[in-house]
Amino acid sequence: MSELLLKGGRVIDPASGLDRTADVRIVDGRIVEVAPGLAARGAGARVVDCANRVVAPGFVDLHVHFREPGQEYKEDIASGSRSAAAGGFSTVCCMPNTVPPNDNRAITELILRRSAEVGLARVRPVGAISKGLLGESLSEMAEMKAAGIVAVSDDGRPVMNAELMRRALEYARTFDLPVVQHAEDLELSAGGVMNEGPVATRAGLRGQPTSAESVMVARDLELVEWTGARYHVAHLSTARSAALVRDARRRGLPVTCEVTPHHLTLTDLACAGYDTHAKCAPPLRGPADLAALEEALADGTIDAVATDHAPHSPVEKELEFDNAAFGMIGLETAFPLLYRLVVRGVIDLPRAIALLTAGPAHCFGLDAGTLTLGAAADVVVLDLDRTFPVNAGTIQSRSRNTPFLGWELTGRAVLTLLDGRATHDEDGALA
Amino acid sequence: MTAFAHRHLLGIEGLTREEVVQLLDLAGTFHAISERAIKKVPTLRGRTVINLFLEPSTRTRTSFEIAAKRLSADAVNISGQVSSTVKGETLLDTARNLQAMKPDVIVLRHGSSGAAASVAAVVDAAVVNAGDGTHEHPTQALLDAVTIRAHKGRVEGLEVAIVGDIAHSRVARSNLHALTLLGANVRLCGPRTMLPVGIEQLVGERKGQVRVTHRLEEALEGADVVMMLRIQKERAGAVGLFPNTREYSRVYGLSAQKLALARPDAIVMHPGPVNRGVELDPGLADGARSVILDQVTWGVAVRMAVLYLLGTGGEPVAEAP
Repeated sequence: MSELLLKGGRVIDPASGLDRTADVRIVDGRIVEVAPGLAARGAGARVVDCANRVVAPGFVDLHVHFREPGQEYKEDIASGSRSAAAGGFSTVCCMPNTVPPNDNRAITELILRRSAEVGLARVRPVGAISKGLLGESLSEMAEMKAAGIVAVSDDGRPVMNAELMRRALEYARTFDLPVVQHAEDLELSAGGVMNEGPVATRAGLRGQPTSAESVMVARDLELVEWTGARYHVAHLSTARSAALVRDARRRGLPVTCEVTPHHLTLTDLACAGYDTHAKCAPPLRGPADLAALEEALADGTIDAVATDHAPHSPVEKELEFDNAAFGMIGLETAFPLLYRLVVRGVIDLPRAIALLTAGPAHCFGLDAGTLTLGAAADVVVLDLDRTFPVNAGTIQSRSRNTPFLGWELTGRAVLTLLDGRATHDEDGALA
Repeated sequence: MTAFAHRHLLGIEGLTREEVVQLLDLAGTFHAISERAIKKVPTLRGRTVINLFLEPSTRTRTSFEIAAKRLSADAVNISGQVSSTVKGETLLDTARNLQAMKPDVIVLRHGSSGAAASVAAVVDAAVVNAGDGTHEHPTQALLDAVTIRAHKGRVEGLEVAIVGDIAHSRVARSNLHALTLLGANVRLCGPRTMLPVGIEQLVGERKGQVRVTHRLEEALEGADVVMMLRIQKERAGAVGLFPNTREYSRVYGLSAQKLALARPDAIVMHPGPVNRGVELDPGLADGARSVILDQVTWGVAVRMAVLYLLGTGGEPVAEAP
């Protein structure tokens, strides 16, 4: 029997409504007891002092790009999992736009096998909606579901064809798979490299209007109304999209959504100096959209914070702004960026934790993100007072493409557990 | 002469009114050199100017080349097709390689906004932005301002109409900065498809000097200067910003009849090359009110002034013109 006792932390488990100072007993990789004043049972038990720390379920990220197979020079499942663990994540859902794409069970199985070999995070594959991500015909969703996918998406590209979207919603519903949309009308966004607005006008960069996103969300919601399928908006970024989702939920539609830490932190002003690290899809928006996202975060419209961790090498980023790739890494900065909103009083700490645990687990129906008895001991221990610089030398991801380089952030995962094993141990607590 | 406080000229934005005036005054001095039989001064002897033009250009490239040669600099021209950017080398690698050959000035024309700024960040040479995407084209704005000043005696208080695709025009952006700095009032005119969100915010506290109108007649009424922009179909996107050149020229093209709305002594400008019969009635381009060729002449003088200020690296120059 292997026993681990996390002593004296503030235990926050939004799934069970728990928020109190308590000890967490983990035996053989499972949560077996959460209560104050626990004593070690066996002589070989390891005890971690968690006083002045927050103990929470390991974080769940609905949206990462681990680039394996095909673009391992940007990231692979091993480096991506290290990055996840360093950020406090124990479960990550990887998008299917690998090379070749995850549109069949062979790729799904490959990802799951590599994830098990690496053993640093549960990498849960998202399968393609369309074969080859081409937006033309349905992928083999049933077989991929049997192999282990948790959702379907053509992320990186939207499903432009409304008929295909309708059929995808119907077919995915048959197998109880949520459909995840990268909501972007490619005709409205064509050629746009940042948000359309005064900042783009000044910089002389072609903008994408916010309506490129909300037009697609509005269309999809009509199809959800028709099909009754589970629908999830990836990286929602505009006030109008948030309003549409809020309204759809009021009408009882099975709709969820996620927002990224960077859309909650930066505005399009970050693009003003042509920093290609600030180029992402959807683009960083204006201050009014950011304010609306904060409101949607606080009122519960947003279910999850997801990173859209999108590693790129200098080959894709050290280019003219027009030609640089979209996307930034995010796993290692996600919690501290979200914690800034707690410090500012936009949301409270349990809500922030919920957005990284129970919220995302609910969106995809994942058995993760909780400290309930019997659950796998996926746990994160957070030091809310720890300040650290974001610098190229300490990033665990293989890529360095983040506009937060040089920032000082506060709030850090100091210990991440997967099945009770340390996958990240900043202070050597279990060394 | 006071030193110029900038190592590069990436845009008009960020310059002070005094700096713009300094450049215009200096251009006036150099203008005279182009009128001489021997059009050459030794000011930049031994200095190397690389004209890196990665977007098609004849007029601007030639203008910079002549400007460099009249200052006795060694001018090297690299054009889009011969550059290594088509061989898969990135712009920044090209810039680093050129830098290794120790040029004093790199003049860059590039199709992407921000290109000049990113090159400036990796080279020691002074960088002159000769047009980056739809961002800025500072020497064009300077030559426009100095041409206006030559014809009107001043820029302050003038009413300047800029007509056309403001959204995709680096000329309009640079002119908006320069003309408002110099105290002119600017009317921006075009259909709504050609006027970008927040254009008046470009000039911050000077936004009171900017007026946006969609009616050409309103833009022309009482104007001292009418600047027509070239319609560039390649920048318009798949659907386009207007139905066809016929309708565009009927609604937004400048004819003698419409020009009558402007002040009787109003001048007509165009950054070139002109689409005759589209934005400008064929007769007007060569008419008495047109100063289009004066703009080209002033272009050489302005570029001499810029190369002089940046190419000497701020050192005092013995043979000032």
